[in-house]
Amino acid sequence: MVRVHASTVIEAPIAQVWAILREFNGHDRWHPAIATSRIEDGPADTVGAVRRFRLQDGAELREQLLGLSDRTHEFRYCLLASPLPLMGYVARVRLRPVTDGDATLWEWSSEFHPPAGRQAELAALVRDGIYRAGFAAIRAVLARGDAGPGPALAVVRPPTPAVAQGLQRTQAIVVDAYGGPEVLQWREVDLPPPAPGQVQIRHTAIGVNFIDVYCRTGFFPLLTPPGTPGMEAAGVIEAVGEGVTGLSVGDRVAYACPPVGAYAVRRNMDPGLMVHLRDDIPDQMAAASLLKGVSASFLLHDVARVGPGQVVLVHAGAGGIGQILVQWARALGARVIATTGGPDKRRLVQGLGADQVIDYLAQDFAPQVLALTDGRGADVVFDSAGSATFAGSLAALAIRGHLVSFGQAAGPVGAVDVDRLAAKSVTLSRPNYAHYTDTPDRLAPQVERFFAAVRAGSIRLSPPRLYPLARAADAHRDLEARRTTGSLVLVV
Amino acid sequence: MPRVYVSTVLPAPVAEVWRLIRDFNALPAWTPFVRDSRIEGGMRPDQVGCIRNFTLRDGGVIRERLLALSDYDMACSYAILESPMAVTDYIATLGLTPITEGNQTFAFWQADFDCPPDREAGLVAQIGQGVFQAAFTALKQRFR
Repeated sequence: MVRVHASTVIEAPIAQVWAILREFNGHDRWHPAIATSRIEDGPADTVGAVRRFRLQDGAELREQLLGLSDRTHEFRYCLLASPLPLMGYVARVRLRPVTDGDATLWEWSSEFHPPAGRQAELAALVRDGIYRAGFAAIRAVLARGDAGPGPALAVVRPPTPAVAQGLQRTQAIVVDAYGGPEVLQWREVDLPPPAPGQVQIRHTAIGVNFIDVYCRTGFFPLLTPPGTPGMEAAGVIEAVGEGVTGLSVGDRVAYACPPVGAYAVRRNMDPGLMVHLRDDIPDQMAAASLLKGVSASFLLHDVARVGPGQVVLVHAGAGGIGQILVQWARALGARVIATTGGPDKRRLVQGLGADQVIDYLAQDFAPQVLALTDGRGADVVFDSAGSATFAGSLAALAIRGHLVSFGQAAGPVGAVDVDRLAAKSVTLSRPNYAHYTDTPDRLAPQVERFFAAVRAGSIRLSPPRLYPLARAADAHRDLEARRTTGSLVLVV
Repeated sequence: MPRVYVSTVLPAPVAEVWRLIRDFNALPAWTPFVRDSRIEGGMRPDQVGCIRNFTLRDGGVIRERLLALSDYDMACSYAILESPMAVTDYIATLGLTPITEGNQTFAFWQADFDCPPDREAGLVAQIGQGVFQAAFTALKQRFR
């Protein structure tokens, strides 16, 4: 006999999860493997009811309800007919409340007698193809927030894989020629089924980053018109191409990587650099912070090695990545001096725990940094402003200091006189995001480190400012005008 | 009969948590409110029928008898014999369930008891939050 047990925690109250699961004939509305289902006779929640259902691949099965309790939130059922030899299959679905957090423990278990030699294969199929796929699907249904009990659930039926439907259309922001925010045009585009090795993702939240501006203006050759910008988003897998492993329809994922194309309702892409989202990371938070968090992770740990006793200067401390750098560098034990423009942003950065905040609109930052450090200067300077701050950042450095130039929000740095660096034995880094994150092996530890710091409370992420995807141009205008603090997210 | 039910998710594999809490004499090792504990009469701490006699940090003394212990279900039940609380017929169960996604642990702690009606709300809060949840919170910190 084989026993399969799978369990997970769903971040929703038990009543909400039970309302979806208790309906014995409702599984075709949420489980990605099931195409259609009907009850042979009588109501669906009567013990003895038989559901006859068809899988996406056409196979037909019959299962009978053996017991159901609304008090203990569980039901048991057995298999009557199946194309697979799951002999004597009896399964139980059971929910229990997690009172500490208003979540739900969901257990799905079964026993059956497979033919000799097929135990492992069939157990894995039941565990992964049915139970774990079901967990991911319910999670996705609840993340979309439209899962009420009863008929309303019908609207969340997972779409049949695009492979079966051929060419589709989707909506996206398209850049026809490099230029200002006005070149971000909202329109319908073709969406082929995912090619072998690719997945199709339906975005729920899309991160806006300064690199998107460089793509739009052509400063970085990452977007060739006509093309769709965007390199960071979160969403749900809707279709899986041939040969893809490790991802299934219904999985919640996020990514922060090229190629561009995230400013779209749906897209196809290589899933190599996608990360699974755990329940405690909401879509909007992932889209708002993954690229910035991963960048902060390698800037603080790999490009520089920030630790206790160091003085760290962070430019644009109120910006998306600046806020993370300030908090994280503090948590690593460094003394943090941040620059920012204006009293409101100054208060915000002070609230993040910066030891000193310099308002660069009111005063020159380099002499201030030297004054605050008794003339010594900063050990590490994180500078994303580029031309406007480069000379000042060099002046603010300590002997053997490290200038990490990782952006050019105010314009490119241009030619640098390397000989001048000898005056302080300066180390100059110009890291490229891709070189630290372009393989799953390189990316995974950065993602892990970032989310661990969020969970530990070392980094608090302020809620992102939201724009409808169709109004991406407004988001770019606000970002370029430095009207924003924190992260910008386009919602679908 | 009032019932208290508290549950949580602990960030550790179930075997690791069970190793700690299956010892009926180990309350001082993992709860914040027990100062010391001993098993009466030289019985083993996993022997059904054994009695733990423990002192709370506030000085109160409680005696509890182990009613059942299952390494298969990863659960144990016990009854209060003596305590400063105004409860009678108090039976509690503490159990664990593996969460296979993420290799974590679901822990629940449940108690049924009788008490004077005017004390019910206070006791439910004291046992649920002051005892069970406080112990779970300490366990969460330990495995963080």
